[in-house]
Amino acid sequence: MALLTANGLTKRFGGLLALKDLELTIQEKTIHSVIGPNGAGKTTFFNCLTGFSIPDQGEIIFLGQSIHGMRPDQIARWGIARTYQNIRLFANMTTSENVILGMHGHLQTNLFDALFQTPRYWQEEYETQKEAQRLLAFVGLEGKEAIIAANLSYGDQRRLEIARALALRPKLLLLDEPAAGMNPRETNEMLTLTQRLRDELGLTILLIEHHMKVVMTLSDMITVIDFGQKIAEGQPSAIQANPQVIAAYLGGGASTA
Amino acid sequence: MYLFGRRIDASQIIVWIIGGVLFLLVLIGSISTLLTERYTVKQWLDFIIFGAAQGGIYALIALGYTMVYGVLRLINFAHGEVFMSGAFSAYFLAAALDKAMLLNRYPIPCLLVIAFLSAAVSATVAVCLERIAYRPLRRAPRLVNLITAIGASFFLQYTFRGLYGSGVEVYPDIAILKGDFWGIRKTLLVVCGSALAMLGILYAFIQGTKTGRAIRAISEDLETAALMGVDVDQTIAITFAVGGSTAGIAGVLYALIFSQVNFFMGFVPGMKAFTAAVMGGIGNVPGAALGGFLLGIFEAVGPSLFLDGLGIPAANQLKDVIAFTLLVLILIFRPTGLLGERLAVKRT
Amino acid sequence: MKTELRTALRIGLLGGLVASHICLVGMLETFAKRNLIGDYLSMGYLLLLTLFLFVGYKATQVAQKAATGLLCAIIAGGITGASLSDLVFLTQNFQLREIFAHASPALVKLLTLGQSKSLGLLIPIVSGISWSLFGGFFALLPKLWRRVLLNTLLLTLLLGLLRDILNSLLPGDFGKTLFTSSGLTYIGAGSSLFCGGILIWAFLTYREQQKLKPETSESRNSPLQKLLFSLLILFLLTFPLWSKSFLSNVADSVGLYIIMGLGLNLVVGFAGMLDLGFVAFYAIGAYTMAVLTSPSGIFHFSFWQALPFSMLIAMSGGIILGLPILRMRGDYLAIATLGFGEIIRILVISDFLKPYLGGAQGITNIGKPEIAQFTFKNPEHFYYLILIGCLIAWFIASRLKKSRLGRAWMAIREDEDVAQAMGINRVTTKLTAFAIGALFGGLSGAIFASMVDSVVPKSFDLLISINVLALIIVGGIGSLPGVLVGAVVLVGLPELLREFQEYRLLVYGAVLVTMMLYRPEGLWPEVTLQHILHKTAQPEFPVRPLPTPEKK
Repeated sequence: MALLTANGLTKRFGGLLALKDLELTIQEKTIHSVIGPNGAGKTTFFNCLTGFSIPDQGEIIFLGQSIHGMRPDQIARWGIARTYQNIRLFANMTTSENVILGMHGHLQTNLFDALFQTPRYWQEEYETQKEAQRLLAFVGLEGKEAIIAANLSYGDQRRLEIARALALRPKLLLLDEPAAGMNPRETNEMLTLTQRLRDELGLTILLIEHHMKVVMTLSDMITVIDFGQKIAEGQPSAIQANPQVIAAYLGGGASTA
Repeated sequence: MYLFGRRIDASQIIVWIIGGVLFLLVLIGSISTLLTERYTVKQWLDFIIFGAAQGGIYALIALGYTMVYGVLRLINFAHGEVFMSGAFSAYFLAAALDKAMLLNRYPIPCLLVIAFLSAAVSATVAVCLERIAYRPLRRAPRLVNLITAIGASFFLQYTFRGLYGSGVEVYPDIAILKGDFWGIRKTLLVVCGSALAMLGILYAFIQGTKTGRAIRAISEDLETAALMGVDVDQTIAITFAVGGSTAGIAGVLYALIFSQVNFFMGFVPGMKAFTAAVMGGIGNVPGAALGGFLLGIFEAVGPSLFLDGLGIPAANQLKDVIAFTLLVLILIFRPTGLLGERLAVKRT
Repeated sequence: MKTELRTALRIGLLGGLVASHICLVGMLETFAKRNLIGDYLSMGYLLLLTLFLFVGYKATQVAQKAATGLLCAIIAGGITGASLSDLVFLTQNFQLREIFAHASPALVKLLTLGQSKSLGLLIPIVSGISWSLFGGFFALLPKLWRRVLLNTLLLTLLLGLLRDILNSLLPGDFGKTLFTSSGLTYIGAGSSLFCGGILIWAFLTYREQQKLKPETSESRNSPLQKLLFSLLILFLLTFPLWSKSFLSNVADSVGLYIIMGLGLNLVVGFAGMLDLGFVAFYAIGAYTMAVLTSPSGIFHFSFWQALPFSMLIAMSGGIILGLPILRMRGDYLAIATLGFGEIIRILVISDFLKPYLGGAQGITNIGKPEIAQFTFKNPEHFYYLILIGCLIAWFIASRLKKSRLGRAWMAIREDEDVAQAMGINRVTTKLTAFAIGALFGGLSGAIFASMVDSVVPKSFDLLISINVLALIIVGGIGSLPGVLVGAVVLVGLPELLREFQEYRLLVYGAVLVTMMLYRPEGLWPEVTLQHILHKTAQPEFPVRPLPTPEKK
């Protein structure tokens, strides 16, 4: 079943056509990769999905409803969470605070509860704690709840970003180059983690990644875009053999480097 | 909700309504003033010329804001004080020259010397400010820089209050500037002319010289400019010096028109010049000039044009309200200014 | 060696600049009127002394070897002193006074200790060198001794400064042996140095030993702390009973600033928006109170009826001002709020609104709060009202900080885009901060209006905004105890130092710049939200480095 459909997305920045009539359908509980050379429009596509840019034409249907005109925070609550290519954590807050911030939209306490610290407040604080610990444990950060995010190692920061996105209880998770800058061991761990997100949590994942090994191993479906247009779509094996894709990467990039 | 392809939420609608109401008020006021023919054409012309002279001063101060913003992405809150420091210091020279009977015997050389001293003092203050307060914080978060600038502004203001006293000093009159020329106050003409000339010289400096090119390079991208061999520290210091001396000259021109100085004189012109800089697009040098003149004229014409028409008593008291309202409106509706933030494309 | 000497030269020149600045803006002369210890050490001399000591200390620190260090100290101190001699020379021989209002014979007399011309010129140099040497020796002491000495000296000075409070605590005769009319007697200073030194030494060594032991949870809530806490409460509750009316007045203004500081802290510290027009809400609160209760108006409300309106109208003011400016970037927001503050001030003075707000004369005869038959009239009565106000404000601020909303504010402060992507509504979250901050401002203003019985536009100028901003920055942006510290240091101390008034903003400006350069996190920095983790065992807790890191 299709979780998200993008119909004829077009986005211009001045004279630059970042996205041109992009069509994309993401099936539920799959890992769907979007690849393409730098500047192909992948990040613009992410921004359109999360509401930070508004497409000039076309629409995005998510869970059977158009997200056109929703604010970023509404979209986030509706079920699309993301991570960032250049990690953007709340660097001065602790690990668990970061995760708890992700839960913001699901919390119920209001000003009154907060002022008088009603039983509901304590109940919720307790539950968010537990939930944060559970999520951190899931991504492999157990025992690091009290560490300031900026002091985590690079790989742990990536994991924390994923945990924070999970706290939103998303249906669709957008991962923007999760393996960027990682060494082979960390990359492998990231691979496993991403697979567990799909298999254990039943998440649908949209992945942008340059690292071909990651893409080819993980993806159920790959969409290749170049100059804002879709040039190919299919399963990993089909994409690897596609001459257009190879041409877009100047023949060399599609190796397993 | 969508309107004209833009996403609008409730808060924006309220803002637009406020803006619309203000615009309507201005329109109604203007029409009613014009219909009642309260002022003659000559009076309107006088307003405009006074506004232009004042605007020239704003433009010169605004240049300092804009150039510093260009290189450091910092609003130099203390720039109004830089302006004050020159004008206030030069007063003592003017008074001494007047006492020695030189001012009226050789008015032009004397004025030049006064302007030079004012520019020198302002430039020194600006450079020291940069060296002591801003340079160590170049990589600090914006809030830290802003607070430093505010602190520096008060420090300078009250330093000069301590040094020169808290009274209002009156600049001596200059005989040849008295009277009218074709029905226009000579002082205003001189101020307007000098401001235009200074703006021209500065534009040529920024566009035509090697230092000017370095300043522009840093405005585009500080790190890259440094890698290309531009001496960043020195160029930034020069930017402050140029902005400071321009403000100093503006100070003397201000003293010519209003003929009095005190330690607090920098605050309001500083705010207005900032308005002018934003109006033209901060970081944009021609924009600052344009914004200055526009603001000066707007402020001179405004109280009579639309406040009188609305039947508001003593409309001239509200001159500053008009300028500040304009500032807030520009920041809300067009923060990139009329000509756009040309230099602020990167590093947003 | 050569570089060390050059640094010493630079330190000396800078010191000279600062020293001349202190003299020429008139601080030396004004402060010389207040004797701190006996009738010899005045605050003015203290300023110069501290400067010399600091110059010597810095110069010695630069050098590697002790002897070179002391040489550097001598050079730096000598130069600093020489620049003062230079100033004396210029003042004596030229008409410096026509330009610099404070380059007067009185200044010369202070700098030369009233000696004759040639000898007088030597005095600043000699004292510069000798005191810098002391500073140099100080730098060479072991760390523990240095801290004991520094703290003892600070304690003694503080006792001298707080003479007014302390003297009213002591019985008359005993007070007279320790305190003069403005500071400490020699006996007082000596005993303070002696006893204070021993106590501080004991405390510091005790703490060093404690540090070696692993910290347990009991040590945090030790009986000693509980005792101190109850003493503090007792002190606060009984303050107006034993202190003079003048001191209650000081406490009242500190309290009003604390309420405002807590409000502005929500906006600047928690949500990261630099608001320079905070005085607007204070003014709105005060004027609402005035208009509603003044017999010359049309409402004739009582204080208690008008108070909610003051707060609500200030809050709506916050929302109305807040809505348009929330989208702005940090620096534009600062200027826009500054503009708003000025607009409100000018409107209030103008003839346009004079029929309603009284123009420059303001409104008088404002209602006083009454409970049953009791009317709050003098500062001592208002003290309790303000204390309650502070407690409420503190309660609200601290609870909010620990709530979901508080977390959302901090997220917005850290990274607005990501906060939005986490499902946080930017507009409402920021607006709540603005509104609640304005509410506190309104509360403070309303109490102020009732307390001073009249509101005039002059009481609501930009300086109030700057005062409040300065106090939360000095205390530590985003830190609640920081607001208290900041208010006591920046509002309380200057009220006690009457001589200080004229230079208040000069010093604030300098303090703001220095804080930002050397200690941007403030005197009492905020420690990250601990309550969330209060159950989990907690490793070393790094302090937040800087407020609001923004991407360039």
